[in-house]
Amino acid sequence: MTQYIIRRLLYSLPLLMGVNILTFVLFFVVNSPDDMARMQLGQKHVTEQSIANWKQQHGYDVPLLWNDDAQGEKKITDTIFYQKSVGLLLFRFGVSDSGRNIGADIKERALPSLAVALPTLMIGLLVNICFALMMVLFRNSYLEHAGLVLCVILMSISSLFYIIGGQFFIGKVLRLVPISGYDDGMAAIKFLILPVLIGVFSGIGSGVRWYRTLFLEEVEKDYVRTARAKGLTETQTLFRHVLPNAMIPILTGVVVVLPLLFMGSLIMESFFSIPGLGSYTIDAINSQDFAIVRAMVFLGSVLYVIGLLLTDISYTLVDPRVRLS
Amino acid sequence: MVVLWTDALIYVLIVVMLALGIYLRGKEHIQRPLQQIGRSKIGMASLVVLLFFVLIGLLDSVHFKPADDKKNEIISLLDAFATPLREHGEKTYSAPFATTLYSKEMMTLADGSIQWAYPRLEFGGRHLEDTETQHIADILQKAVYGLAQGASLIGFVMLLMWGLLAEQHKRFIRSSTAKTVWAVVFVIVSFSYASIHLSAYYHIFGTDKVGEDVFYQAVKSIRTGLVIGTLTTLIMLPMAIIFGILAGFFRGWVDDIIQYLYTTLNSIPGVLLIAASILMVQVYMANHEAAFTSVIVRVDTRLLFLCMILGVTSWTGLCRLLRAETLKLREMEYVQAASALGVKQGAILLRHILPNVMHIVLISVVLDFSSLVLAEAVLSYINIGVDPTSYSWGNMINGARLEMAREPIVWWSLTAAFVFMFALVLAANLFADVVQNAFDPRRSGNE
Repeated sequence: MTQYIIRRLLYSLPLLMGVNILTFVLFFVVNSPDDMARMQLGQKHVTEQSIANWKQQHGYDVPLLWNDDAQGEKKITDTIFYQKSVGLLLFRFGVSDSGRNIGADIKERALPSLAVALPTLMIGLLVNICFALMMVLFRNSYLEHAGLVLCVILMSISSLFYIIGGQFFIGKVLRLVPISGYDDGMAAIKFLILPVLIGVFSGIGSGVRWYRTLFLEEVEKDYVRTARAKGLTETQTLFRHVLPNAMIPILTGVVVVLPLLFMGSLIMESFFSIPGLGSYTIDAINSQDFAIVRAMVFLGSVLYVIGLLLTDISYTLVDPRVRLS
Repeated sequence: MVVLWTDALIYVLIVVMLALGIYLRGKEHIQRPLQQIGRSKIGMASLVVLLFFVLIGLLDSVHFKPADDKKNEIISLLDAFATPLREHGEKTYSAPFATTLYSKEMMTLADGSIQWAYPRLEFGGRHLEDTETQHIADILQKAVYGLAQGASLIGFVMLLMWGLLAEQHKRFIRSSTAKTVWAVVFVIVSFSYASIHLSAYYHIFGTDKVGEDVFYQAVKSIRTGLVIGTLTTLIMLPMAIIFGILAGFFRGWVDDIIQYLYTTLNSIPGVLLIAASILMVQVYMANHEAAFTSVIVRVDTRLLFLCMILGVTSWTGLCRLLRAETLKLREMEYVQAASALGVKQGAILLRHILPNVMHIVLISVVLDFSSLVLAEAVLSYINIGVDPTSYSWGNMINGARLEMAREPIVWWSLTAAFVFMFALVLAANLFADVVQNAFDPRRSGNE
C-alpha cells in the first residue's frame, strides 16, 4: 500500500511539471513581460522607462530561461522561469502584481470557500440519491416519467437563473436571509443558507439522472434478482443490496472532487460576495493580476492530482475486487 | 460579401455535415438508429425547434457591407431584415410593450411649462394618439392579427404540402410523429410571425440601458450560442479522434505520451485554464490593435479564440472514451482477421476502427452542445467569455444583473435571455436523449 502511494506520488511529479511548463508558456512566452507591462500601465502613452520600472518592481526584468550576464549557477536561477515557475512547485506563491502575499491570502480564504462548497456537496449528494432511489423504486410508472421530464427541464435552466431568482425571491421579496455577504464564525451560517440551497437545487437535474442510471445498472444484475427471488420486498432489495453496491462509483466520484472544494465556486462566491478562493480568482481575472491566476492554476492542478490519488486509494478501501499493484 | 472567420468555419461545418449525410446514405447500421429517431415524437419536435434556431443563426452568419452605407459597417442578412428593430433605439430602459420610458424626466411642454413625467417613447407605440384608452386594445388587436396572419400562412403551406404529397408519401403526413412535427412548425411560425408583426410597432421585450431593443439582442445572441456549441466541437473533434484512436491502437509509448498529455490538461481546472488563455488573448489583441480594425472583426476573433480554448479544455473526455473503445475493438476478431490478411495499419484504422467508434463521437457531440451553450453565459458573467460588446445571452444577463436592485426592477432583459436560452438548451437536451437512446448499443433494448 505505502509502496503504491509513493509510486503514485512520483508519477504525479511529471504531471505537475507539465502543468508548470504549460502555465509558463501561456504567461511568459505567448506574451512577453513587456506586453503585460504595457497592458497594466495603459496602452497609449507608455515610455520605455516606465515599462522597465514596472518589470523591475515585479521581478520580470530578468531573461526568460537563461541569464548570460550572471555568474555560475545564477545563470539558471536569475531567470523568470526559475523565480516565477519553479517556486510554485515548492508552494512559494510569491507576491501578487498588486503587492500582496498570495500564500497568506490563500490560507485566509480557503476556509470560507470550504464552508460553502462542502455543505453543498454533502446535502446535494443526499438529496440526489434520495430522489434517484425514489425514481428507481417507482420505475416504469408515470411518477418516474414525470420525474425524468422535470429533471430535463431543471437541467436546461441556466445556473445563473437559479442564483438570480433565488436571491430575488428568498432574499429580496421574502427577506428570509441576507442577499449576500459573509461573517466570521457561527454568524456566517445565515449567509451560507442561500448559496448552499441554490447550489443544491441547481445540481438536482443532472445529479438525479446520473445516479438513476447508476442504480438502474445495478438493479438489472443477477444478485438483485436472487434477492427478490428470496422474497425480499422491493424496498429491502434497494436499500440492502442495490444501494451499497451503487455507492462504490458514487463515493469514488465524490472523492475526486473533494480536494477541489478548497478552490470554491467562482460564480457562487462572487454572486454572494463570499471572501473565498473563487472570488479571489475572479477579482484577479478582472484586475488582470497574472501572478494570482498563475498561482491558482497551479494550486488547482495540485489538488486535482491529490484527488486522483485519493480515488485510487478509496477504490481499494470500498471495493474488495480491486487490488493495488 | 464579407466572410468572417467563424462564418467560414460554419460553412465548413455545413459542408462536412452534407458530405457525411451523403456518405452515410443507404448504410444499414446507420439507417436503423436514424429511423428510430425519426419515429420519436419528442426527438422530431425538438429537432424542428433546433432547426429553427439554426436557420436564424445561418441568416446571421452571412455578412456583407451594404452598398449605400457610408459608415463602413458590416451587417448580416438578419440585420438587414431587422433594420427597423436595429434603428429604432430609445433613450434608455422601457418596459415590454411600453409607450413611455421607464423613468420620469423633466419635460418642457408645448406651452413652455415644465413637467416631471414619463416621456413618450420615440418609436414604441408611436402610432397611438391617446395611449391610455387605445394601448391594450391595440396590442391585443395587433397580436391577434399577427397570429391569424402567421397561422393562415403556415396553414396554406401545409395544405399545399398535403395536396402535393398526399398520394406518394402518406406516411410523412399521416403518422403521429409527422402530426407532432407539423403542430410544432405551426406554433413556431405563427408565434414568430406575430412577434415580428408586433415588434414593428412596439418593443416587445422592452429596451435596455442604452435603449436598444431587447428582442433584437436576444435574437442576435442565438448565433453566438450556436457558434460556441458547434464550432467548439468541430475544433476539438479532430484532436480527440486522432489522439484517442492512436493511443488505443498502438499502445506502448504513443499511449503513454497521449495519456500524459490529456491528464496534464485535465488536471488544470477548466475555468482557470480558460481564464488564463483569455487573459493572454486580451493582451495579444491589445498589442496588435492595427489588425482588428472594425468592432465586428474584433468580436469575431475573440469568439473564435474562445471556441478554440473551450475545445482544448474539452477534448480530453472524448479522447479517453475513444481510447478505451479502441482498446476493446483492436482485440476483436474482425480486426485481427484484417491484420492477419495483411491489411495495412492505416487502412485498419480508417476502415475498421474509425466507423465503429463514430457512435461515441456522435453522442458526445450532441451531449456537449447544451452544456457549452450554458457555459457561455457563465463565462461571460465572469468576463472571460465572448467580447463584452458582442451580443450574447451571457452579456445580456451580466448587463441586467446590476439593475435587479432598482425599484421597480428591470426584469425584461434577464427574462428574454433566460427564455431564449432555455428553449435552445431544452430542445438540445431532449434531442440528445433521443440520439443517445438510438445510437448507444447498451441502450438498444429500450423502446
